[in-house]
Amino acid sequence: MAQRINDYFEVYQPFPEESVRTQAARCMDCGIPFCHTGCPVNNIIPDWNDLVYHDEWKDAIRILHSTNNFPEFTGRICPAPCEAACVLGINEPAVTIKVIEKTIVDHAWKEGWIKPEPPQTRTGKRVAVVGSGPAGLAAAQQLNRAGHWVTLFEKADRIGGLLRYGIPDFKMEKRVLDRRLEQMIAEGVQFQTNAHVGHNVPVEALRKEFDAVLLSGGAEAPRDLKVPGRELKGIHFAMDFLPQQNKRVAGDEVPGQILATGKHVVIIGGGDTGADCLGTCHRHKAAAVSQFEIMPMPPEERHASTPWPLWPLQLRTESAHEEGGLRDWALGTTKFVGDNNGNLKQLHGVRVGPPPRFEPVPGTEVVIDTDLVLLALGFTGPVKKGMVEQFGVELDSRGNLATKGNYMSSVPGVFAAGDMRRGQSLVVWAIAEGRSAAKAIDQYLCRAR
Amino acid sequence: MNNRVKKSTTDPFQGLPPAQGLYNPQNEHDNCGVGFVANIEGHKSHDIVLKGIQILINLTHRGACGCDPQTGDGAGVLIQIPHAFFERECARIGFTLPAPGEYGVGMVFLPVDPQEQILCQGVLEKIAREHGLTVLGWRDTPINGDMIGRVARNTQPYIQQFFVRRAPHMDQNALERKLYVVRKQAEALIAESDLGEKDFFYLPSLSSRTIVYKGLLLAPQISQFYKELSDRELTSALCLVHQRFSTNTFPSWKLAHPYRYISHNGEINTLRGNANWMYARQSVLASSLFGADIEKLLPIIVPGGSDSAMLDNAVELLTLSGRSLPHVMSMLIPEAWEHDASMPDDVKAFYEYHASLMEPWDGPAAVAFTDGRVIGAKLDRNGLRPGRYLVTSDGLVVMASEAGVLPIKPEDIRMKGRLAPGRMLLVDTEQKRLISDEEVKKQLAARQPYAQWVRENQITLDHLPSPTNVYPTDHATILMHQRAFGYTDEDLKTILHPAAIKGEEPIGSMGIDTPLACLSDKPQLLFNYFKQTFAQVTNPAIDPIREDLVMSLNSYIGREGNILEETPKNSHTLKLRHPIISNWRLEKLRNVKWGDFLATTLPALFRVEGGELALEKAVEDLCRSASKAIKLGYTLLILSDRGVNEECAPIPSLLALSAVHNHLIREKTRNQVALIVESGEPREVMHFALLLGYGASAVNPYLAIGTLEDLYRDGHFPADYTWDKVFKSYMKATDKGLLKTFSKMGISTLQSYQGAQIFEVIGLNREFVDRYFTGTASRIEGVGIEVIARESLMKHRYALRTLTESDTELRVGGEYQYRVRGERHLLNPTTVSKLQHAVRQDSFETFEEFAKIVDAQNRDLLMLRGMFDFKVAGPAVPLEDVEPASEIVKRFATGAMSFGSISKEAHETLAIAMNRIHAKSNTGEGGEDEERFKPDANGDLRRSAIKQVASARFGVTTNYLVNADDLQIKVAQGAKPGEGGQLPGHKVDDVIARVRHSIPGVGLISPPPHHDIYSIEDLAQLIHDLKNANPQARISVKLVAEVGVGTVAAGVAKAHADVILISGYDGGTGASPISSIRHAGIPWELGLSETQQVLVLNDLRSRVRLQVDGKLQTGRDVAIAALLGAEEFGFSTAPMVSMGCIMMRKCHLNTCPVGLATQDPELRKKFTGQPEHVINFFFFVAENLRRIMAELGFRTVNEMVGRVDCLTQRTDIEHWKAKGIDLSSVLYNPPVPSHIGRRCLQAQDHGLEEALDRKLIEMTQEAIENRAPVSLSMPIRNIHRTVGTMLSGEVARRYGSAGLPEDTIRVQFTGCAGQSFGAFLAKGITLTLEGDGNDYVGKGLSGGKVIVYHSRKSEFVLEENILIGNVCLYGATSGEAYFGGMAGERFAVRNSGATAVVEGVGDHGCEYMTNGLIVVLGRTGRNFAAGMTGGNAYVLDRDADFALRCNRAEVDLEPVVHQKDIDLLYQLIMRHAEYTGSPQAKWILENWEATLPQFVKVFPHEYKRVLGIPRVPAGILVEKAGKGRGQGIGG
Repeated sequence: MAQRINDYFEVYQPFPEESVRTQAARCMDCGIPFCHTGCPVNNIIPDWNDLVYHDEWKDAIRILHSTNNFPEFTGRICPAPCEAACVLGINEPAVTIKVIEKTIVDHAWKEGWIKPEPPQTRTGKRVAVVGSGPAGLAAAQQLNRAGHWVTLFEKADRIGGLLRYGIPDFKMEKRVLDRRLEQMIAEGVQFQTNAHVGHNVPVEALRKEFDAVLLSGGAEAPRDLKVPGRELKGIHFAMDFLPQQNKRVAGDEVPGQILATGKHVVIIGGGDTGADCLGTCHRHKAAAVSQFEIMPMPPEERHASTPWPLWPLQLRTESAHEEGGLRDWALGTTKFVGDNNGNLKQLHGVRVGPPPRFEPVPGTEVVIDTDLVLLALGFTGPVKKGMVEQFGVELDSRGNLATKGNYMSSVPGVFAAGDMRRGQSLVVWAIAEGRSAAKAIDQYLCRAR
Repeated sequence: MNNRVKKSTTDPFQGLPPAQGLYNPQNEHDNCGVGFVANIEGHKSHDIVLKGIQILINLTHRGACGCDPQTGDGAGVLIQIPHAFFERECARIGFTLPAPGEYGVGMVFLPVDPQEQILCQGVLEKIAREHGLTVLGWRDTPINGDMIGRVARNTQPYIQQFFVRRAPHMDQNALERKLYVVRKQAEALIAESDLGEKDFFYLPSLSSRTIVYKGLLLAPQISQFYKELSDRELTSALCLVHQRFSTNTFPSWKLAHPYRYISHNGEINTLRGNANWMYARQSVLASSLFGADIEKLLPIIVPGGSDSAMLDNAVELLTLSGRSLPHVMSMLIPEAWEHDASMPDDVKAFYEYHASLMEPWDGPAAVAFTDGRVIGAKLDRNGLRPGRYLVTSDGLVVMASEAGVLPIKPEDIRMKGRLAPGRMLLVDTEQKRLISDEEVKKQLAARQPYAQWVRENQITLDHLPSPTNVYPTDHATILMHQRAFGYTDEDLKTILHPAAIKGEEPIGSMGIDTPLACLSDKPQLLFNYFKQTFAQVTNPAIDPIREDLVMSLNSYIGREGNILEETPKNSHTLKLRHPIISNWRLEKLRNVKWGDFLATTLPALFRVEGGELALEKAVEDLCRSASKAIKLGYTLLILSDRGVNEECAPIPSLLALSAVHNHLIREKTRNQVALIVESGEPREVMHFALLLGYGASAVNPYLAIGTLEDLYRDGHFPADYTWDKVFKSYMKATDKGLLKTFSKMGISTLQSYQGAQIFEVIGLNREFVDRYFTGTASRIEGVGIEVIARESLMKHRYALRTLTESDTELRVGGEYQYRVRGERHLLNPTTVSKLQHAVRQDSFETFEEFAKIVDAQNRDLLMLRGMFDFKVAGPAVPLEDVEPASEIVKRFATGAMSFGSISKEAHETLAIAMNRIHAKSNTGEGGEDEERFKPDANGDLRRSAIKQVASARFGVTTNYLVNADDLQIKVAQGAKPGEGGQLPGHKVDDVIARVRHSIPGVGLISPPPHHDIYSIEDLAQLIHDLKNANPQARISVKLVAEVGVGTVAAGVAKAHADVILISGYDGGTGASPISSIRHAGIPWELGLSETQQVLVLNDLRSRVRLQVDGKLQTGRDVAIAALLGAEEFGFSTAPMVSMGCIMMRKCHLNTCPVGLATQDPELRKKFTGQPEHVINFFFFVAENLRRIMAELGFRTVNEMVGRVDCLTQRTDIEHWKAKGIDLSSVLYNPPVPSHIGRRCLQAQDHGLEEALDRKLIEMTQEAIENRAPVSLSMPIRNIHRTVGTMLSGEVARRYGSAGLPEDTIRVQFTGCAGQSFGAFLAKGITLTLEGDGNDYVGKGLSGGKVIVYHSRKSEFVLEENILIGNVCLYGATSGEAYFGGMAGERFAVRNSGATAVVEGVGDHGCEYMTNGLIVVLGRTGRNFAAGMTGGNAYVLDRDADFALRCNRAEVDLEPVVHQKDIDLLYQLIMRHAEYTGSPQAKWILENWEATLPQFVKVFPHEYKRVLGIPRVPAGILVEKAGKGRGQGIGG
């Protein structure tokens, strides 16, 4: 543990395949595999569990790939709603489905079974996918394999979206992403980086050159904390902080560095992104790190309001939490206080009651000395300025791109998927969205043919 | 003279009503009492007639009456022509009769309308004259119509006798043939006429030898109705009688028996096939005896007749064309010869020859037959009907379904016997002697050199040369083929692979909750639109494993010749031992060049470019090419779908086959060829069963075989499996599955099954079915050939789509287990968790969400009930005016889940919950711990209100019966109707063993049928038995929905059930072969509606309550069930889910992770269900229902019952398949007058007032109340049934299972006891009977003692004569019995604790026995100890051939050598001698040293295993058994 916070290598140790098989054997091959509906991509979990148990890894990866383009991503960073829905979980520890998934795909890479699968014939149709996060990647791979020419536009300098610049390396090393991208390139997917549609790539060009466009740009507009002192130096969005580290690990020069080294850091937001910041700060050797959450502390065990097989309301401890830091709940931020130079010095907070009103509890005010605050409060939806506005697509009540059942936006031929469509969510949802949107686009293109 | 009954010609009730709604007269069944009396010497007397009528009267309880108690189901007598009487009578009318034998008499039913009468008479006269006969005159048959019931009177025909004289030089046989031709011709002519009352016209008989008096009468009415039957000059040497019990109450004079040659008690299960094949044979019929007249006999089988009538049609043709009557009977109803080692070879050859001529008419049958010269009786191969006979010293033979039907002095009786399975009793009044079965068979076998004929003309596949080329499996294209034929992952994983590993069909649990094929979005196989039908009540299912000696998979291929001829050519056949053949065997057939045999292959493919229309044309072309091939002389047509490619898709194999089959039947060329199916489509048992059932002779499932080969090649089988082993075990699984499928319909042989069409269609339209599946029931319309084509094309398109590395190779399926991309399931993650959340959080709101989802799913066409909409009955009522939920829940019951299948905790939780809310839980078939009969300290009662009585009778003691509110006879269960079950030994722990009265660790078998219910009159008897045991309990009969369940229910209502439960096929929580879960039975919506309609039509509905179950979950489900006619509602799956079930569907593995369906103590700890959860569920359903009731305008459920007018079929259904469905037959409302009740309004009259036990109870008050010993003696007759049972109930009620001290009540009877003598006899009661007993003596014996011995005045050899009937001691749990004579078939079946001594038993003795001790001091029949897993038997094996007749699959045979055994045996024989005075026992005791070594101990393997006794080494008894087949014991 002390060792692992010195580097950015993945914190997971590979599981011995024998123990993975033991886990797979615990799977009961249920009449109703709740796991498989707990999973957004509907991984056929019992089937590959059985194959692993029978040592048939090659068939296992085929079944796994039939529902999930990138099991190596989900096997690392998915919170595994499947495990929460596992029938064994009613009265015993659930099957460690996620580890099995990761092992299958790692095994397959190791054996060299995962090879490019270019389509046998080309349809001649061209599809632009905007945004190369998990939704865009999954859609691109599916569409390409269906025989369409796919070009993936990414505004950043590297392909991968959040996978590249959101997920810290200690959760997923980027070589895992790169080898998948190599496969896609070999299959014929075109990647265009530094291509910011609506900025340096005109929307009209896309419309003209492509038969269909998929918008999968994520939900990148961060939720802000509008309290006095927000403008002070030393208060940053998590998504300004985390990508920098990924770039550093990748060996890039990073201008305007935000570093936690030697600082008293407060992370506001108790979710996954907050945990990612926590792990990163530790690795920066921060002086102290705290993570605050406005919601009350969840119970250790599944809360009665979320009985099996629902996604449980319960205390989650990520790898980053294991590494240290202070966690606190039911704490609201009232203001930030800085020094004369506009540098952050203090955070003023207060204990609050339960949602939705978060009533401050009088007499519980606290003041915390801090010189770096990271805001990990989630996202409010896609960035509207630029591309979204220029495409003229309609938005739904939550500010996401509105689509009908077939993933098509209000503009014919323009589709949307992933966080851009359903709002901020899990990688596994993004993959599921990308696959479904690809199917819809394929149907759209075939009909047009 | 009172023959002129006024009646309107428009009376709708002539015979059976026309098909309407879900009622179809084709589904009618009848079972009955049958008998005859004859003078061996041929002496004619009026006394014989009187005796016949007396028999009939004494069999009255075997018949039934319907809504009108004065109208019977039919009765009749057949006698020889009473010449003297007619001579006298005709002289009075004014014409003279010639000598006997020179004239014929017709008994003629004529229209009532005088004009039409004259026309019919004219037709008959004209035809008679055309054939050279002289019409002598007509005589009004004097009748007394006042004697009969209202309904019978309304439909009574005008009855006359018709006299014709032979032409000169015509001998009597020729005259008989002419009379036959005349009758057939007249029948056909009038049937085609447009007479308004033509249905009245019917000739019960037209013969120079016999005459039939019959009608819609009760037995006692017959001699009063036909006045001349009392005339002393009316004489005969023989009299054949019959009393009918039909399921309907629709009056039909013509369906009364006897027919012209036979009286039949039973049911021909294979009727459709037999009738079709007979029709096909008509084209080649030729007989020198008939000459050109043969054309005039057509149709041989008169359409619209009952099974018995059709059988009689066949008998008549074959007899009159020259075969003797015994010959004909042996041909139509052959005994089980295939596996009988003891049958002489020439007799076997006789049967084998005739098997190539004709398929058996299969089904339970006791047939009495006569041609006026010989009279006899025969039993079917299974012996499923009783037949007892006696011969007196003055030459009288009396045969009847029961003993004791005539009062005959014991000292006058020369011998007593019973009809054994397949055996015949024959009296030849011309030869003046009784001919034994052996002699009859010997004579028949000697008629022709049958063995030589067969040897020279018949071959098997093994004789054919090896083919040079056999299709190899192409592993490169197999995937494409699998996809084209709709294979899913599950087909490989769940069906093929397990079958090939284990050699048996895979097992599943928790019923089915996927849509019917016609409602599914997925492309289906045509097979899936069919549902298997099965035997219930009117005939029994067979146990194909334990009783495999009657089963056969043999079939004969070849061009069928003229069955009227007896030539070697008829046996020119190819004998197939298995209908499913390998590629290699198929090639042998394809290349056959031997005799007439010549094969050609017809491609069964269609071109995809033609789209949906191409299929119909391709089928037409196929039929045309089949006709052409026949013309070219081909005798084997191989319908092949090899060659699927880009352009060609397969015609669904069943469609290809059945289209050709029906086309050729219509063309009358069907019997010229055999149809063989070479197809990639069939892979599971249901598929093969369908192909065979629609006429295939053999099936080559090349893709199923190829798939296994592919799996084998890829290393999916254990290392020690060779390919040969894989293939063989798949074949074994298939064979077993086929036999199981036949046997659940009560069919024993493949030959009879072929073409028998024992299926119902759900969701194919009438046009399609009429054209390609002629005669199959299909009642809700559905899709046609275009949709079937579309489904084929969908599969084909999918097959040709290129696969990527990350595609799954096959579709997931999701039929057996839920899969997101698979088939939809009613129970899915959402509904299961919602329901659990609702009941655990006590949240009606969440339940309403659940109900909304379920109802929406149903509307989304998962279930038929989703296709209904409600119509309001009246103005909405305020919710508070609707009866409270606490009242509604009283109508709810939980399903029959046994303790054993579910855990103690789960079982008791259900009971507590249901008792708290005054609803009913159900024991299931596993008995119930007596400690649960008393309330707990907290007031909870763990006793189940419904006590089930199932075929295994586990723990069914008197004490169990008296502790019930409902006694439920489980005739069938939704998940596997017509099948038995098995609880493996490792699941039988101490508690289960105690409750089931068995031995811990010893496996338990539930037989497929109740061995005391082979027919409807048997069911009536069981109901009577149970009602006697507990007069306060309602008797409920559980049936499973299938086509015809309504008519069965009508019979059950007439058998006096108080409640009838109709189970849907989708219900069922128990473990069962998955093909049965999916393919047997139909949704309850159809079954319930049919039942309601038929009961209302019969005016029987008001006597019974109807209960329904089958995946009921919401108030809407209940509302629909109530509107369709149900008063009570059963739930199983939903309460299970409420207690925590998560549909693991592995109940059979004992691994239930939530502790419900398991006996594992560790897993049971995980059970978290509470009574409150169950109570919440039921109250939620009731509340949910109340809201619907309020909206519809109902205040009470009673108001809703049967209000089918408040349902309508939705008009907004756009689903590509479902839109073709038409539910109007389900919503049919029979137009009956308003006084006919549509729900239960009155109680059944069980006739308990007349019970002899009333007297016994009165006379034994001292014993019952004060335990004071009482001794009585009294006479007894066969009409005294179930004696001692009500008395036992009284004892059990007071003293529980402990009963009274031994011999407290002793009753000595003299005479012949009726059925069920001493049934459920309680401890402390001893019944002694001097005389004879009928069937079911000591059934369910519960501690009492039964002693029966022959009359002391008997002069025959006691131990060689039959003393008691069939199925004695069935389900006995404790007590003792001593029988000083022989017992019938199935002695001590399912005995689980009684001790008995008997001096000989029939077939199947000690079957399924699990405990207890049986001593047989004489011969046993075949198949002794089949399925016996516990207890012991000692058999005296004087001839050292017992081993041949013992089924040694489960038992070892050992000498009696241990002193303990010897002492026990000696003591028992001593007691036997003491109680019965048996000379046999005395002799044995006197010669003990010499006799002891002749005793064999029958010791079950399992029992030995749990006792820790090693198996006897092979060979110990070899010498002893060596006389037989040389098959050593244990060898």
